[in-house]
Amino acid sequence: MTRRIISIFSIVVVLGFSLALVACGGGKSNKLEIYSWWTAGGEAEGLNALFKIYNKQYPNVQIINATVAGGAGTNAMAVLATRLTGGDPPDAFQLHAGLEVQKYNPEKYLQPLDDLYKSEGLDKVFPADLMSLLQYKGHYWGIPVNIHRANVLWYNKKLFEDNHLQPPATWDDYFKVAKVFKAKKIIPMTIGTKEGWEAGHVFETILASVLGPDGYRGLWTGATKWTDPKVTDALNLYKKILADVNTDHSALSWDQALQYLVDNKAAMFIMGDWTNGWFTAKNYTGYGWQCVPGPKIYDGLSDSFALPKGAKDKENAMNWLKVCDSKAGQEAFNPLKGSIPARTDADPSLFNPYLQSAMKDWTSEPIVPSCIHGAAAVEKWVTVYKDIMNTFATKLDVFATQQALDQAAKDNGGA
Amino acid sequence: MKGVTRDRAISLGLVAPSIILIAVFIYGFIGFTGFASFTKWDSLEPDFTFVAFHNYQRLFSTVPTDRFLCDLRNTVTFTVLFLIGCIVLGFALAVLLDRHVKGEGIFRNIFLFPMAISYIVTGVVWRWMLSPGNSTVGATGINLLFDKLGLGFLKWGWFTDPTMLYIHPDSGFGHFLGNIGLGGLASPYIGISLAMISVVLAATWQMSGYTMAMYLAALRGIPTEMREAAHVDGATEWQVYMRVILPMIRPVTLSAIIVLGHISLKIFDLVVSMTGPGPAFATDVPAYYMWDTTFRGNNFASGAAIATLLLLVVALLIVPYLVSTTRSEVRT
Repeated sequence: MTRRIISIFSIVVVLGFSLALVACGGGKSNKLEIYSWWTAGGEAEGLNALFKIYNKQYPNVQIINATVAGGAGTNAMAVLATRLTGGDPPDAFQLHAGLEVQKYNPEKYLQPLDDLYKSEGLDKVFPADLMSLLQYKGHYWGIPVNIHRANVLWYNKKLFEDNHLQPPATWDDYFKVAKVFKAKKIIPMTIGTKEGWEAGHVFETILASVLGPDGYRGLWTGATKWTDPKVTDALNLYKKILADVNTDHSALSWDQALQYLVDNKAAMFIMGDWTNGWFTAKNYTGYGWQCVPGPKIYDGLSDSFALPKGAKDKENAMNWLKVCDSKAGQEAFNPLKGSIPARTDADPSLFNPYLQSAMKDWTSEPIVPSCIHGAAAVEKWVTVYKDIMNTFATKLDVFATQQALDQAAKDNGGA
Repeated sequence: MKGVTRDRAISLGLVAPSIILIAVFIYGFIGFTGFASFTKWDSLEPDFTFVAFHNYQRLFSTVPTDRFLCDLRNTVTFTVLFLIGCIVLGFALAVLLDRHVKGEGIFRNIFLFPMAISYIVTGVVWRWMLSPGNSTVGATGINLLFDKLGLGFLKWGWFTDPTMLYIHPDSGFGHFLGNIGLGGLASPYIGISLAMISVVLAATWQMSGYTMAMYLAALRGIPTEMREAAHVDGATEWQVYMRVILPMIRPVTLSAIIVLGHISLKIFDLVVSMTGPGPAFATDVPAYYMWDTTFRGNNFASGAAIATLLLLVVALLIVPYLVSTTRSEVRT
């Protein structure tokens, strides 16, 4: 027992010393700490490309690449939260553009970037819809580096050609096409719902399609009621689609479900544009793409960088944000990440055919924020929405689901 | 009390740091978690507005999600099956090893080794084995084995099967229960989630060796004279076990139930690495939900409410045990 106490004593003493050392560590230095969850693959390469550009302009600054891996940023966000509230913020950190900023209590922890937007003239190079999405409480809090699209309908070209069909432009068309495929024992739409968020992802694209851009945006701002009959329509539509999907969807993640399409066993698939990278990695070229049936809408999500209050190297961080919003920076980052620049003036020839078409749509179609990817609603609303839709994918109870969605909105300040 | 003796002062002084640390870092934080569960703290910024039992009420309602009710059902399913599995299997292995078989040491180690593995590893391995496959890639893992052995009818979705076994409120028996005032029993939240069985398999594989070790020690502690006396009295082997040995090792069974029970109520890592929440939360557990809502949703108050409920449930199991053991220690 005495021994244990002595060891506890010594642990306490050592801990105390190390804390003291950390506290003394600070000091003046020319550093830039960038916090993100881009640790692997094209994302990490893209980030490195940005670092290179930065170091060319500011060779004396030492960049600290602070990354926390895993779970679409979940772990990173948890660590970041403690750093922000504990008064030890990084110089700039990754943030999904849109309402996700609310969870960081921006008025207390972040610096508004309105001046930077003005001096860089960003209102001229970002689409107006994006500009309004980026605002929270009348200020800009982040600089978007890239744009992903959530509402893409991917289809198997061969199956459509063999059956003399056109990719559906409306949902009526969709069900006609689905009927033909079903008769030939081809799965019309493949889906994987294993990880819990995919069902919510597909539903948000259907919501946007059925309610239109304004109605869909209103769901998250309170202008559209979740009890709206159009939401019922969307749920019924989704139910009808789910009736004909692969029966093992609850056992598959999205990429495993997509294998059906590659194997010519399924015709269509709804997922974000990271699917394009997956096809490329598989050396599969027999796919086509278009917007999810219904009106042309760009359901977007974006990674941005924000500047915390009390950043140790504010000057360096401001320069970093300028690199992020620059044409050169975005052109270097995005082809590697597999996304399109938020700027509308980038050179399309640097991008692959899918991204080129997305860039064209980006400038012309109405932009709505993605919910499941953090742009449209606060995180705790998103988690409940995700849970509700995960249950719907198995139980298919339209009435209960709509009630639950309505309650979730009321709990989180929607209507 | 004539003033504290020097010895006493020294011992108090030496224990004080650990008492203070435990008071702050265990009981202090438990208290704070309990306090937070009554507040409106649902974002990064603490918000200590008092909301009474609102968070708890939400957990037990079906709107907006019935996730917590599913979790409770799954925990009960898991705990019951896991306890039965571990205790029956552990006892059987112990009885077999108690026969002084050749290479006992080797077998003992083989059965005990799974316990040395982290639940994360167990989860990954069992996910691979039980992964059902699909019509594209065909059967995989154990399903493939069934196929090859001509036992294809045994194939099923394992942890991806959303089927629930429960008394449907509209069924004949459901109506009957309703008529005698037990309609609450006929609900999807009182039942068995089939997907949970896969998780039970993995957990049992891991912990039954440990139960075996406990039982083996207890069996070795029973004097041979007692068995011999029973045999002399004409008892069959079966009767010896039922009438003599089982009653004597009852305290071990109780310890096993406590140790395994609190593990199963708090299970998290195995579910994370093996199944995730599953279709319609077929394999979700409270600890997973707590993590999800706290760190993904930043809904700290709701997470704290789940944590508090978990603590209460575990306390229900542990406290009577602690009380009874301290009592018996005082007696001896």
